[in-house]
Amino acid sequence: MLEYILCIILFAVGLYGVVVKKNLVKIIISFGILDYAVNLFFILLGYKRDGIAPIMVKGQDQAQFVARAVDPLPQALVLTSIVIGLGITILMVAIGIRLYDKYGTFDVMKMRKLKG
Amino acid sequence: MVQILPLFIVIPMGAAFVLAMLGKARHGFVDWFANIVTGLLLVLAIRLTGVREVITYAMGKWLPPLGIVLVLDGLSVFMLLIVNLISFLATIFSISYMERFTAKAKFYAMFMLMLTGLNGVILTGDIFNMFVFFEIASIASFVLVAFGTENEELEASFKYNVISSVTSVLLLFGIALFYGMTGTLNMAHLSQLLAGREFSPGLLFTVSLLIAGFATKAALVPFHAWLPDAHPSAPAPVSAMLSGVFVKTLGIYVGMRILANVIGVTNISRVWNILLVLGTISMVAGGLLALGQQDYKRLLAYSTISQVGYIMFAFGLGTPLGYIAALFHLANHAIFKALMFLNSGAVEYATETRDLSKMGGLSERMPVTGITSTVGTLSISGIPPFNGFWSKLLIIIAAVQAGRLTYAIIAVLVSVLTLAYFLKVQRYAFFGKIKESLSHIKEVPVSMCISLIVLAALCLVIGLDAFGILKGINYPWFIRTIIEPAKEVLVNGTNYALTVLPK
Repeated sequence: MLEYILCIILFAVGLYGVVVKKNLVKIIISFGILDYAVNLFFILLGYKRDGIAPIMVKGQDQAQFVARAVDPLPQALVLTSIVIGLGITILMVAIGIRLYDKYGTFDVMKMRKLKG
Repeated sequence: MVQILPLFIVIPMGAAFVLAMLGKARHGFVDWFANIVTGLLLVLAIRLTGVREVITYAMGKWLPPLGIVLVLDGLSVFMLLIVNLISFLATIFSISYMERFTAKAKFYAMFMLMLTGLNGVILTGDIFNMFVFFEIASIASFVLVAFGTENEELEASFKYNVISSVTSVLLLFGIALFYGMTGTLNMAHLSQLLAGREFSPGLLFTVSLLIAGFATKAALVPFHAWLPDAHPSAPAPVSAMLSGVFVKTLGIYVGMRILANVIGVTNISRVWNILLVLGTISMVAGGLLALGQQDYKRLLAYSTISQVGYIMFAFGLGTPLGYIAALFHLANHAIFKALMFLNSGAVEYATETRDLSKMGGLSERMPVTGITSTVGTLSISGIPPFNGFWSKLLIIIAAVQAGRLTYAIIAVLVSVLTLAYFLKVQRYAFFGKIKESLSHIKEVPVSMCISLIVLAALCLVIGLDAFGILKGINYPWFIRTIIEPAKEVLVNGTNYALTVLPK
């Protein structure tokens, strides 16, 4: 249970950062934390204490295998999700660098060409 | 027939990779290549229109519920047709319009990637796969919004990127909770397993996460902040794609699929009203905000919020007539909003400004743009015989039939508001005497005119066809052959599972 609570705290930290922080870099980092909190949650769904790798060896008891092996599907999905998160983060950083070139600051409050 | 399904994903994705490598090629070649690809997809989508039965394609021969499956039913056929039609016209428009930008091949590559995402979302029958395509389309759209790389574009793109990525994460969280609850990701299987469960706070929480995920893409009002910046900042053909089909595929289609087919209306009847409320708020707020705008494209963007509100509202009624009205308005809005964004692009191409107060009397020098823009205006504000009139009429009738009289009155009033702000555009930009400073402008090139004329003609043809509604709801050809099968899917609700899973 503790892992889930920590995971939700991590999620809240990320969400707080994205909403409150005014610095481009801090927003990007907060988004990273948020993304990782959800990935972690996904992994925890398939986690078992003292679990074994989900590879079946010859002659292994099937019932025992099912009871002990961790669920491999969330791991495969999270791998995809991490790659997506990577793509988004890279794009954010690239645009952030361009914005820094234009304005000379990372403060979003000073980037006000657009109104609401 | 089955072999066609993966082509909708494979062709644009392959084209995107080829185009990305054609950076140094001549523009003429790149144009031909991109247009042939989108044209081919349109032909394939048209070929599918007659299909009545549900077709499934198991990827890599892994049968559902274990493998990923592509599903083609009435709703997918309907969406594929609209998406590929608008994307074809947008690429034709890009031939001349995108000459102003240097990296044309890169533009087309990103465009194709976005199209891959849209087609993928429509066809897939697996909820995680849907998320992946959702993100492919989104990332491509972030890049396209920033394509001009000026201050405004970069700012808009960053804002859009952060807001929509955060809600995508919420969507992923919702999917994770679904997986935790049921242990499956196949949408059909998921809906079967959910149907057997009691209604719980956990399910409610999951549904609200998913609603946040797609409502942001649909720009329903509390989630709308990114749209008025992002849509105007993109190049005009991309704005047409974003407002015309992107919002609808990633926002409304995903919403319809998840709420109606996976979770089921009866399962969440207690929260169903939220769609009505969100839709109505968007309708009113979008309309009021649009009224005050001086920037041509920004005004159109706010109008998109308002019109998407109409669609969501009609869908939220939950009656068969409401579904027909929602789908009909979805198709119509895709056509006339794409037309109006392309119009704004044509005006920007000729006058190099988007400020309405700097325009005036453009009809005199740009007859095609002027006339098509008038057609678009009349359609969107619901003047017969154009298509917008019929879909708004259906929405209002559906609202009255469902006993939502107050909402129906609001819908009528917002329709008047729509007419008001579009008349403002017409008066400032197209009517009256031409300004001195604009006397040298010329009509836009032929390829741009073709897109405008085709879209305007579609507005009129669908409108004339819909006169058949007077003889019965299923009488017009467009509703009978294209919308009816899509409505059936929504009415069928969670029986969707039975049609997808192998017997």
